[in-house]
Amino acid sequence: MAERVGVYVCHCGSNIAGKVDVADVAKFASEHIKDVVVARDYKFMCSDLGQKMVEEDIKKEGLTRVVVAACSPHLHEKTFRRACSNGGLNPYLLDMTNIREHCSWVHKDPVAATEKAKSLVSASAERVKFQQPLEPMYVDVNPTTLVVGGGIAGLQATLELADAGHKVVLVERLPSIGGHMAQFDKTFPTLDCSACILTPKMSEVGQHENVRLLTYAELEEVTGSVGNFHVKIRQKARKVDFDLCTGCGICVEKCPRKVVDTEFEAGMGMRKAIYMPFPQAVPRVPVLDTESCIWFERQRCQTCEKLCPTKAIRFDQEDEIIEVDVGNIIIATGWKPFDCTKIPQYGYGRLPNVYTGMEFERLCNAAGPTSGKIVLRDGKTVPKSVAIIHCVGSRDLNHNPYCSGICCMAALKFAHLLIEKTGAQVYSFYIDIRTNQKDYEEFYQRLLQEGVHFVRGKVSEVTDATRRPDETGKTIVQCEDTLTGRQERYPVDMVILMGALEPQFDARELGLKCGISCSMAGFYTERHPKLDPVATMTDGIFIAGVCQGPKDIPASVVQGAAAAARVAGMITKGKVMIEPIVASIREEDCSGCRICNNMCPYNAIEFDETRAVSRVITALCKGCGTCVSACPAGVIEGAHFNNSQIFAEIEGALWDAVPPAGVPGESESAGVSAS
Amino acid sequence: MSDDSFEPKIVGFLCNWCSYRAADLAGTARISHAPNVRIIRVMCSGRVDPTFVLKALSLGADGVMIAGCHPGECHYIEQNYKAMRRYYMLQHTLKAMGVEEQRVQLVWASAAEGQQLADAIDKLVADVKALGPLGWSKNWAENGDRIRALEDIVNEHKEALEVPR
Repeated sequence: MAERVGVYVCHCGSNIAGKVDVADVAKFASEHIKDVVVARDYKFMCSDLGQKMVEEDIKKEGLTRVVVAACSPHLHEKTFRRACSNGGLNPYLLDMTNIREHCSWVHKDPVAATEKAKSLVSASAERVKFQQPLEPMYVDVNPTTLVVGGGIAGLQATLELADAGHKVVLVERLPSIGGHMAQFDKTFPTLDCSACILTPKMSEVGQHENVRLLTYAELEEVTGSVGNFHVKIRQKARKVDFDLCTGCGICVEKCPRKVVDTEFEAGMGMRKAIYMPFPQAVPRVPVLDTESCIWFERQRCQTCEKLCPTKAIRFDQEDEIIEVDVGNIIIATGWKPFDCTKIPQYGYGRLPNVYTGMEFERLCNAAGPTSGKIVLRDGKTVPKSVAIIHCVGSRDLNHNPYCSGICCMAALKFAHLLIEKTGAQVYSFYIDIRTNQKDYEEFYQRLLQEGVHFVRGKVSEVTDATRRPDETGKTIVQCEDTLTGRQERYPVDMVILMGALEPQFDARELGLKCGISCSMAGFYTERHPKLDPVATMTDGIFIAGVCQGPKDIPASVVQGAAAAARVAGMITKGKVMIEPIVASIREEDCSGCRICNNMCPYNAIEFDETRAVSRVITALCKGCGTCVSACPAGVIEGAHFNNSQIFAEIEGALWDAVPPAGVPGESESAGVSAS
Repeated sequence: MSDDSFEPKIVGFLCNWCSYRAADLAGTARISHAPNVRIIRVMCSGRVDPTFVLKALSLGADGVMIAGCHPGECHYIEQNYKAMRRYYMLQHTLKAMGVEEQRVQLVWASAAEGQQLADAIDKLVADVKALGPLGWSKNWAENGDRIRALEDIVNEHKEALEVPR
């Protein structure tokens, strides 16, 4: 019996209809495509009325197949599958073809766009006739969740889940959780102390009965899929027995080796070879840095080992691989600051009184190396004039084209702290001031009142080459004030560079491990930029915080909580649907050549030695279809993407093409001469 | 051979995870490109059976695009490498049949590379326009390269023949 196909062409307001003659496409479908019994165009197919139309037609017209020509199936395939289900049709008897993103939005010529839309509809309608009803599969969701990254986004996600009664494994690369927020002095625009609001969350995570905290550990390998991931974590050797250590700190106090702390103190302070990054570190277990430890350098010292009251020092401790099973993974790996030496004309690393934003954070932090005294590198001179340069490495085509979002507010915060603590004259060099969150603009207005000199222009150079007597001993900022159109020189004591937020140095590597991709800039790609910002293309892997794109603390917290909510929903449901797009082998026709066995990266094809045939282990199959196209006998069926479906789709797509004459293997009479 | 009025018909096999989404992104970002490529979605570039390409050409397509995730970024770990392997094998076969290699192009585009995919489509369309319609029988009868291509396959790529299809 012939199929009864319904074709629905969406106007999408004017998004499609503005370019494609939708009525003509529908007319084409009803007149030229075999088995099409209903072809309609409608203003918004995804609306309730549009969906109802499909449902009604299935019931009244007895449709057995449905084609919706509208937007990307990634947006609305679920919607129309549901409509089919509601109408009593198996949802896998629907095909969506994309005449918006792939057609009306990208082609200038309405005639060509309409012709292409017809081809796409034809391809879809031919294909859909070969589609078969499928039943989705369900797998149980492991209720434990892995959170990667212990910054504010990761902490929020961890707490949301743990407080809801779910187990969480939190992995942090550094010796303590806290992330960048732990380094800050104050947070904008409220100016409350960063540590005061962060450390309660840190200790809560550290003590939470539902949280397994793995610090100084890194994600090694992820296998499995949504609901059931198997994760290997490398616990780096702390050289300290985690269980025996009480965190008394004697080892740190007595360690004779001091080195510059480039991590937590951003190079502004010192730490010992055995250290806790900061006093409120969680967990309170130090880490021994083998690169600076005297014992590892020349087999001497052992002071820490001798003095440790619980004998917790383990010089021979090795890295350990910890394996955990989790149902979902939240990635919150944050960012790294822009390397300001990449812009040599700004003098960072060459001129002593040029600072990065992170260095300044440590400088004005009451718990920092100067106890919060803002002084120049000589350790005593209080700056009388300070230049803050915005957009260093952001909004710069030579480095990062994007806006880092938070630097304007951080610069305003710095200006306020400078005025409050030193009374210095502050010059802020900006391209645009961007203060577009709650209470941010008010903070900007406040800083205008406080007397910050805002100079609109991109700084061309920071130099110590003096031209005038008043520049002696100063660092000079050269900039065109674009509001007056004049080149100006600003001699100052201190320069702060507001460096960009860049993707974490191993963002791509970690992305590959988890099967998620990065944008051009290197931030993780979300499933949908507006409507699904914390999910990724890989089910069960979520992203939160700056690893998804630059954002401030409140936004990171929101994303951490949002990702946790998504995971909690999956845990509550207990099961997750898996698309029934899997391969299967017709065993009676399998010759047992085993070519497919090596095609599968998931080892989902096993060979039955006794019967000499290959067999797909459905639970492991991810449905890529590579084995299907590899089988020389053509006995592997790729559900929903089988050969007859794709061949029909090709034929439909080329409905208006003329087959070339004399195709090898075809009869000579086929078609007219193409040359 | 180029003819201004010639609008090639091209079939594009795009993988669900990267290149199809790159095409989606090109749409969302309104990156205008040539309307000649008719896109067929497959789950992975590894699903593209060389016979799909031959089928398209035999039905009158003037060119074919195969697009997948960048090597190393495949949603299915490594299947795009298999697509690549088949692609080079297929090119030998096509050459022997007198199909110019620019007619069938393999493209990598991540989900973030709408611009790159649009550029690749424009390039393929321009290349095929420059070649003109696929005059298969003409090529088949006249193209002396056929013999050399067959010899190439036999002599220089014996090891390639041992790779499973």
